[in-house]
Amino acid sequence: MRNWYMLTLVGKDRPGIVSEVSRILFEAGGNLGEASMSRLGGNFTVMLMLQMEDDKERVVSLLQPICDKLGLLVHVDNIAGGLHHHVEPNFRLSVHGADQAGIVAAVTGSLAELKFNILNLESDVGGSPEKPVYIMHIEGFADCSLASLEKSLQPLIIEKEIVVHLVPIDTMVG
Amino acid sequence: MAKLEILVYPDERLRQVSKLVKAVNNQIVSFISDLEETLSSLPGCVGIAAPQVGRFERIIIVDVSARPQHKNHGHLVLINPVITSNEGNSVGREGCLSVPDYTGKVSRSKYIVVKAQDGFGSDVTYSMEGYEARAVQHEIDHLNGKLFIDSLVGKRNNLKKRTDF
Repeated sequence: MRNWYMLTLVGKDRPGIVSEVSRILFEAGGNLGEASMSRLGGNFTVMLMLQMEDDKERVVSLLQPICDKLGLLVHVDNIAGGLHHHVEPNFRLSVHGADQAGIVAAVTGSLAELKFNILNLESDVGGSPEKPVYIMHIEGFADCSLASLEKSLQPLIIEKEIVVHLVPIDTMVG
Repeated sequence: MAKLEILVYPDERLRQVSKLVKAVNNQIVSFISDLEETLSSLPGCVGIAAPQVGRFERIIIVDVSARPQHKNHGHLVLINPVITSNEGNSVGREGCLSVPDYTGKVSRSKYIVVKAQDGFGSDVTYSMEGYEARAVQHEIDHLNGKLFIDSLVGKRNNLKKRTDF
């Protein structure tokens, strides 16, 4: 049975990071699974599923030279599970407002009370440096009604003066 | 009646452009009943196109009636369907019998008018919107050898409020 690893790579963004890392892994017999890669605040961040025969130490030593060259921090973990574990989201939230500490904690706290499972979260800070705007998108699954989610979020919409658009996701399968 | 086998991507046959149905004869009627049985055996599925079961003729079935929150025309058999007008745009999430274990966002026309023949060969015209219009566009794409994964929009989102997911 081949091992699944989760690789975490972070470093200053530059062209070629994905191509160099994936080439090294491919040439060493690795198989890539699901991945999330994004530029965050001038850094390039990689969360990448890797399947390989080799042990964790060998994976780290394989990556270390290229990570040193590209200025990337690397972290490797053994993970349970594998592919084909998708959960379909049934709600989507878009949140925005004047940037302030506590928006994420407040919104996700309300969601967690209803056992809302976050499957994807993306956030950005836009606007001007003087008047930053926080923008967040969340997709997830909750076994509750739209009305109960709206009710749970209502107090913090007023308290934080944020805008929350909450919509059901009804995936069309054909 | 028989349940038919679904072709699964990357089967090249899914890329074939389907031919017009010349006449709704007994053979076509019998195939439609098999296609209906196949669709009804697949829980949560609201549409199917003939090429998904390896028959390359322009026939689709769409039935959104199990989701009454969406405006719909009930059970529709559409032969040689053509979208004669379209308006608006919406991004929504789609999945496909021929692409298991994956869903993604696709931009579709919000309102369409579709002309076709029904299961008896009579001309029909429907004005539809939202979820049902999305299903019909998804199935017509199959008739042209196109899959929803050819039309995915990026994961990164914008601020536009969307009501049709």
